Amino acid sequence: MSSSTPFSSPVFGGARCFVKVRGFLPALPALILLFCFFLFPVVRMLGFSVEAGTLDWYAKALGEGLYLEVFWNTFEIAMIVTAVCLLLGYPVGFLIATTTPGWATLGFIFVLLPLWTSVLVRTYAWMVLLGRNGVFNRWLIDIGLVSDPLPLLNNFSGVLIGMVHVLLPYMVLPIYGAVRRLDPALVSAAQGLGASSWRVFWRVYLPLTAPGIFAGATIVFVLSLGFFITPALLGGGKVMMLAVLIEQQIHQTLNWPFAAALSAVLLALTVGVYSLAQLFTRQEARS
Amino acid sequence: MASRSADLEVEGLVKRFGEVVALDGVSLDIASGELLTILGPSGSGKTTLLKVVAGFETPDAGAVKVDGIDITTMPPAKRDIGMVFQNYALFPHLTVARNVAFPLEMRNAPRAEIDKRVGEALNLVELKGFENRLPRQLSGGQQQRVALARAIVFNPRLLLLDEPFGALDRKLRETMQLEVRRLQRRLGLTTVFITHDQEEALVLSDRIAVMNRGAIQQVASTTEIYERPANDFVADFVGESNIFHGTVTETGSVTLESGRRLLITHSAPVGSRVGVLMRPERFGRGPNTFNGEIREAVYLGSSLKLRLACDDGLELIVRLPVTGPLPASGSRISTGIEPESIHVF
Repeated sequence: MSSSTPFSSPVFGGARCFVKVRGFLPALPALILLFCFFLFPVVRMLGFSVEAGTLDWYAKALGEGLYLEVFWNTFEIAMIVTAVCLLLGYPVGFLIATTTPGWATLGFIFVLLPLWTSVLVRTYAWMVLLGRNGVFNRWLIDIGLVSDPLPLLNNFSGVLIGMVHVLLPYMVLPIYGAVRRLDPALVSAAQGLGASSWRVFWRVYLPLTAPGIFAGATIVFVLSLGFFITPALLGGGKVMMLAVLIEQQIHQTLNWPFAAALSAVLLALTVGVYSLAQLFTRQEARS
Repeated sequence: MASRSADLEVEGLVKRFGEVVALDGVSLDIASGELLTILGPSGSGKTTLLKVVAGFETPDAGAVKVDGIDITTMPPAKRDIGMVFQNYALFPHLTVARNVAFPLEMRNAPRAEIDKRVGEALNLVELKGFENRLPRQLSGGQQQRVALARAIVFNPRLLLLDEPFGALDRKLRETMQLEVRRLQRRLGLTTVFITHDQEEALVLSDRIAVMNRGAIQQVASTTEIYERPANDFVADFVGESNIFHGTVTETGSVTLESGRRLLITHSAPVGSRVGVLMRPERFGRGPNTFNGEIREAVYLGSSLKLRLACDDGLELIVRLPVTGPLPASGSRISTGIEPESIHVF
């Protein structure tokens, strides 16, 4: 709030404070809930990692090649998923934003329907589709495109397909919003001034929808970093992402302090990426 | 800047949007270097006409020709037409200089030439020194100038302006009108200007085309449009007017529906039904006299506007010079008009 607004003057200071408290009250139940069932468990869990009074578990997480590789792997997959989502999502968001209302509604249904379906259900569906004797492979063999089944499950391809499918709507929606916000007169102006369709896209659409692209990419990337169900089931334990590693440490090796340290690092990475994105967005908005 | 201004011809343009007929057989000829204003109320089809000329809409029938060459189906990017949009449509992410450079960059002009011509165009609209500002850091009038510079920098064959001054305040609007007029004359640029503001049309144009319901009502010089409108719509839309209908009962005389006889100079054949237009500022003295009661008197500074209820039932709007004290509403006056000041159509 700028200092020129009346409410920030000392005279109204009391009133403003009162308004703040009143606004706070209705949110209290949710805040208590979050505190008890989210913040407290997170802090408690992080506490495990330093229970010994040393940072040894962090040293292990960040110092051993094996685990560093998992971090790198997680980042790499998140980046590839983000890139694929962007390449697939931009045309879809663009189409829905620019087509007639009827088609747009249909497009929305296609984008949102998966979002309303449980991730677990969708992941199992992909297992049925992608397996050695799955629908895809049988079909590919039937039409004679391949002679041996393609390895689509329990490897990187499966994880990629599954994650892109789950995360695509998070890319499509902000891009849709950004294209909708763009003044159609700007497109007409660019065409009238001599821009080919290709140049209208590069010089007008792309720069002016960049905030949408950026928002979508940030959400997809951040969600990818901590993704568990899909990589766990479609990767078949062969694609090691951070969340899968953490789960292993908890359930199989029962090494809770190390799992806690890994979680802390994942949390820090996620917050880091998110803050960087925020910083960038704010600078963008200012310039 | 060398001009390569062209003439524009539109023939029998028809454009329907579902049930709505936006253009109903519009034909126009605009000479090279001319400024033609298309004047009409909102929904009259004038913006559709401009869009068809610019290439943003394809007509259902008819043709658009520039220098005799049919461009009806040519994509807008190939037409070489400069356009200023209603809300300027400046690229918000580009600086003033980059906005103005845009059409030159699209034509792959060399950097040095781009810089030179952007400089010239910004000079022309008096925006030197604003090169590195973004559109949102400019006032409405300045944005307008940038849009104008961007529309003329690539030496277009035509300039189209779609209600460009709608968002400006009155003072600024008048300044910009004169500026556009000056620029247009200097560049000799064939220009089509769209407005719903009749005063603006009178200030700017060589000729005015009045549009209503998708059709051209009259195309004529500004004085012609004002003094000798072709029909009720034009007479009513352009300026204040007293319009009546009657029959020519003998040469030089019209009998109005109210029974009153008016002396006219028009030589319409006896027995024909005609419209009669009397502009409020033409009243004063003359053989056609009107006696009546003042219903309303408005002081306008330079003149006095009266609503007069005549004894025979006619209602007139009369503008008189301010002479003595303001006449009270309810008082009686007498005024007249010369036969040559009455337009018959």
